[in-house]
Amino acid sequence: MTMKRKIRVLLAKPGLDGHDRGVKVVARALRDAGMEVIYTGLHKSPEQIVESALQEDVDVIGLSSLSGSHMALFPKIIELLNRNDMFEDTLVVVGGIIPDSDIPRLNEIGIQGIFGPGVDTNEIVKFIQANLKRSI
Amino acid sequence: MTSKSQKKELSNNKDDSLKLEEIRKERTIWEKSFDSLIKKHPERLKRFMTVSSESIDRIYDPTDLPHDWTYLHDLNYPGEYPFTRGVQKTMYRGRLWTMRQFAGFGSAEETNERFKFLLENGMTGLSVAFHLPTLYGRESNHPMSLGEVGKLGVAIDTLKDMEILFEGIPLDKVTTSMTINAPAAILLAMYIAVAEKQGITPDKLGGTIQNDILKEFIAQKSYIFPPKPSMRIIMDIMEFCSKKVPRWNTISISGYHIREAGSTAVQELAFTLADGMEYVRWAIKAGMDIDDFAPRLSFFFNAHNDFFEEIAKYRASRRIWSKFISQYNPKNPRSKWLRFHTQTAGCSLTAQQPSNNVVRTTIQALAAILGGTQSLHTNSLDEALALPSEEAVQIALRTQQIIAHESGVVNTIDPLGGSYFIECLTNKMEAKAEEYFKKIEQLGGVIPAIEKGFFQQEISNASYQYQKEIEENQRIIVGVNEFTSGEKISVPLLKIGEEVANHQIARLLKTKQERDNEKVKNALLNIKTAAEGTENLMPPILEAVKAYASIGEICNVLRDVFGEWAGDTLI
Repeated sequence: MTMKRKIRVLLAKPGLDGHDRGVKVVARALRDAGMEVIYTGLHKSPEQIVESALQEDVDVIGLSSLSGSHMALFPKIIELLNRNDMFEDTLVVVGGIIPDSDIPRLNEIGIQGIFGPGVDTNEIVKFIQANLKRSI
Repeated sequence: MTSKSQKKELSNNKDDSLKLEEIRKERTIWEKSFDSLIKKHPERLKRFMTVSSESIDRIYDPTDLPHDWTYLHDLNYPGEYPFTRGVQKTMYRGRLWTMRQFAGFGSAEETNERFKFLLENGMTGLSVAFHLPTLYGRESNHPMSLGEVGKLGVAIDTLKDMEILFEGIPLDKVTTSMTINAPAAILLAMYIAVAEKQGITPDKLGGTIQNDILKEFIAQKSYIFPPKPSMRIIMDIMEFCSKKVPRWNTISISGYHIREAGSTAVQELAFTLADGMEYVRWAIKAGMDIDDFAPRLSFFFNAHNDFFEEIAKYRASRRIWSKFISQYNPKNPRSKWLRFHTQTAGCSLTAQQPSNNVVRTTIQALAAILGGTQSLHTNSLDEALALPSEEAVQIALRTQQIIAHESGVVNTIDPLGGSYFIECLTNKMEAKAEEYFKKIEQLGGVIPAIEKGFFQQEISNASYQYQKEIEENQRIIVGVNEFTSGEKISVPLLKIGEEVANHQIARLLKTKQERDNEKVKNALLNIKTAAEGTENLMPPILEAVKAYASIGEICNVLRDVFGEWAGDTLI
């Protein structure tokens, strides 16, 4: 049996949003599922998030937003990832308060994993395990 | 020598303990009587528990109360120490609670319209939600404000916006609550300045600033400066208001956000009161007299789904607080009152089957009222999805009006007082809060405990446990993990477009062009001098806002002097 390394995940809070209950619950759930989780803390700019992802060499970036600024900030983060040639091997998943009407646009820029209130954390774990962009 | 009355009391106690003995015996017989039945048909759950995972017994009776529990000592009448049954003597028979719906979104013009709509619909007090850049002391065109302008509240950069926000609303006729913390001094100064323009002096103003920075570090996380300078600003506000704005509630010591962040009911109670005690200690140390500020402290609690647990929480809070304040020997009886605002639990609302949220909110509102709240905000059914629409807000307000005028629960004071269950829960709440106070003391007090991440970790542990209980189906949330119907959500949502940001930034730039920049420069310099020294910060801040300095500019001066709080990355 080959030893697999742990999936590395960066969880980030872009913008000024201070709601961190959800991101902390997800952090613990991913950790309990055997992933290595790095949490940026609050109030990070898109540049800081992409920089951390690069430094930490993560497989997954999870973005949490509950303040309604996601449509301004998520596309900016994806753009920065593309510019740094990181998007093709980094899976981006998002969560928080994301109205249904925003989902098509997020899908269009390459975000498929979108998790709203009430979601079972096991669903997030399974999605990540099934959709990694680079092999572990 | 024993007096006649003491003798009588002694014999009463003896009678009482005999009676209790008898009850205890009967209870054992009663429980044995269905022992075999229960073995065949067990109860639905192995453990019955509250929303905070506290165990609840099958039944409560007089033997569940401590042996020295007495009506006059532990409950007493409303308006009488220790205020377990309420702070006012006549409670809702005298006056109903204030129906205060939190509102704020988009531009100052839009929020002004919503305020007028709510006042016309019978709301009795204003409550302002500010957008995130205001809460963090950033201008609307700062890079970190991208996407946030007007989203979670109204965009306020300068006095210009504040003038529009209260346009046509006479500030001596309403009371206004402002949810603002790190920059609270600046928003209060702006409110005073707007009133002045309406010809109203500060002593006529009534309202509240949240101004509770400790819970920002613990839960809500809209902090700017480190704890110690933050506390100094608060002391300056308290001192200034005790002289100039005597009807203003200078701090709303808040458990709401602690609960929303995932705490249990006991943690909400204990951490909030610990914060309150910390403010009192600082104010006493700063040389203030207890009666100069304690009557102006108010509290803000959450109302979650667990009906009795919440009611017990409010009742325990009044008892703990009045005991705590008593040690400072206040002369004004109001110093011992714990008055509080309640908001129903946003975190209990579900995005699935959103109409069900009206029912949840009703139960929660009822708990707040039976717990003796002074004012109440009821959440709108669509809040797990977006900002509330006008229709949803109206249903939420009507919920309060139906409880007030149709349900009959307001006809007598503290109708649940004396219930064995409620009194036992109230005692338990108090005892568990005391345990937390001891723990906090062992950690060196509230600020060291914040620096060590103690509160933050306790809350994270509780919220993760809650989530796991849902996922393991130990807890049923209707429409989420049980009774799901897979229907598509269709409620009309309020969305804030990017044009709000453009409009706001244009107004900020125009205001900066039209103001006397020399005056602003001087005013900002005066703030810097005061911040570096020990002079009260309020007068120079008032001078700066009147010159149309922005919140961002004022906060930047304070950031330079005080530094910034980095927060934590604990999971």
